[in-house]
Amino acid sequence: MNIEVRGLSFSYGARQALRDVGFSAGPGEIVSVLGPNGAGKSTMFRCIMGFLRTERGAVLIDGDDIRGLGRRELARRLAYIPQAAAPVFNHTVLETVLMGLSGRVAFGRAPGKAHVAAALETLESLGIAHLRDRGCLEISGGERQLAFLARALAQDARILVMDEPTANLDYGHQHGALERARSLALEGYTVVMSTHSPEHAFLYSTRVLALCGGRAVAEGRPGEVLTEGLLESLYGIGVSLHELSVGGRTVRICLPAGAAGPAAGECESGAAGPGAGEVEAEPAEDGAGPAESGIGAER
Amino acid sequence: MDGRAAGAAGTRAGRRFAALAAALVLVFFMSFALGRYPVNPADLVKILLSQLASLISQALPDGVPFPSGFERTWAEAAETVTLNVRLPRIIAAAAIGAALSAAGAAYQGMFRNPLVSPDILGASSGAGFGAAFGILMRLGYFGISVSAFLFGTGAVLTAYAISGRSRRINGILAMVLTGMMVSSLFSAATSFIKLIADTEEALPAITYWLMGSLASIRMSDIAFAGVPIAAGLVALLLLRWRINLLTLGDDEARSMGVNTARLRAAVIVCATLLTAASVAISGMIGWVGLVIPHFCRMIFGHDYSRLMPASMMFGAAFLIVVDDAARLIATSEIPIGILTAFVGAPVFVYLILSGGAGNEY
Repeated sequence: MNIEVRGLSFSYGARQALRDVGFSAGPGEIVSVLGPNGAGKSTMFRCIMGFLRTERGAVLIDGDDIRGLGRRELARRLAYIPQAAAPVFNHTVLETVLMGLSGRVAFGRAPGKAHVAAALETLESLGIAHLRDRGCLEISGGERQLAFLARALAQDARILVMDEPTANLDYGHQHGALERARSLALEGYTVVMSTHSPEHAFLYSTRVLALCGGRAVAEGRPGEVLTEGLLESLYGIGVSLHELSVGGRTVRICLPAGAAGPAAGECESGAAGPGAGEVEAEPAEDGAGPAESGIGAER
Repeated sequence: MDGRAAGAAGTRAGRRFAALAAALVLVFFMSFALGRYPVNPADLVKILLSQLASLISQALPDGVPFPSGFERTWAEAAETVTLNVRLPRIIAAAAIGAALSAAGAAYQGMFRNPLVSPDILGASSGAGFGAAFGILMRLGYFGISVSAFLFGTGAVLTAYAISGRSRRINGILAMVLTGMMVSSLFSAATSFIKLIADTEEALPAITYWLMGSLASIRMSDIAFAGVPIAAGLVALLLLRWRINLLTLGDDEARSMGVNTARLRAAVIVCATLLTAASVAISGMIGWVGLVIPHFCRMIFGHDYSRLMPASMMFGAAFLIVVDDAARLIATSEIPIGILTAFVGAPVFVYLILSGGAGNEY
């Protein structure tokens, strides 16, 4: 399934959180959404999921505007995987996955044998069938992330929207989660995820969308658009990129280079830091001065 | 292996449900034998069966033969005590216990907070005010119940309507805040009525009413509160699995295609009917709606498809037992609202210390 975001804009009251953001992705792709805190990543996800009503622009799934799709139909195409934070109640893993099937459980009924079988199959495919009767508060963050992923897969949507799939996870589980995303993409899923690590974007994604102050400041293949200049302007620190050859593969690693680059937020007004040539310059011609930039602002 | 594990989990829950159902039935019938006037068990069975037989033969069309029950060998007083005093009380205790704990369980899921009780949106304090107002205005026995029910539902409607207009705060938080506001407003209004009420008659009546009691329950009360309570219980049983989805929070549930606003409104309607109707005929009975769902979570887990029916059965049995205690312990009745805490607290402490029935909580 294809997802296309076109000219998306959204404001919280007077503060504009998203301005004219767009990207598209199809089966087999993993889109990493990068950007500093407050750049608009979560807002964009909430617009894509239909939680927020967009002001301008549209989110199209296989060409259909999500505003025209009912909530149920949208859930059949798009699944959301939240961060692995602890839920309020200690439902078991199996009960959690069954909730993903809510669209297929008739009103006034509880899930039946067929639903349980489908949920167990999903758990098995992720290798966590042994956790089925464990409470979600009793398992580790990595296991909980897998349980949430299982719930999303049980929902049977082909586009997966993952909100920081590596948040709260240890090093091993971070890469486990991303490997999982990669193998799902290879199966034909479309994955859109937010991340705070440029290296994750290099290692796992096919496309990158960099947001800053609510604008898309770069979009394209990670190796091409993620430059030192872009990262410095996104995060407000000096960054140096290095290439390593590991087993015949070239891997990019990213190191903080101590001295601060241009202050974060200047990416929005297109401040020309060293090497900022690749950044799409955005002259502040629309009157939106840096004072209004959302970087660091609380949402 | 998996199949067997599932089977084992299924039978374990099944066994627990069977035990709970058996306890409820036992408690229900045992309670007929308890009280100051002794009724011998054989007479008790005969009285109840005869009453049942006469009800059935009345319901059947004329000419259809049906056995008319036992020959009257019992004292007149035994029949009066059983049918007019104990029967309505036991039915009311069961219905109110089930109603309050079902409403509490539903609200705990909806508000995503295990410390929530059925009065969070103001149903109880609204009904309490309605009753106090009814007593002050001398509306009569039935009028007081109607007034309590109307003010209870009205309080929730007010809280819900105001919270729906909030643009700045998210829905659940807005509901909690407006619920608190409405509750304290009605509590203050109740205090004001107590202040101006006649100290010889109205004030003691209000005070006693607010403590909660089933002592003066009649069959007409049950007929009045029975409809909203039955409607609320049946609807919550139908919705029971879907309440799980509300525990995920708005965004996650919506991403799964759930219409959270509609589901929440349905839960609020059910819980309000249950709470307002219960308070209208029994007065304030606290503690049940908060604690019974906790017991049930410890024993049956957090899945509402088990938790909801378990809460109803456990709540019914619990309140019958507490009401038995209320009429047996002292020569003068102890208000049940006081006893629920005295009986419930030690059991709760025991469950906390013993870790429940083996389930992680």
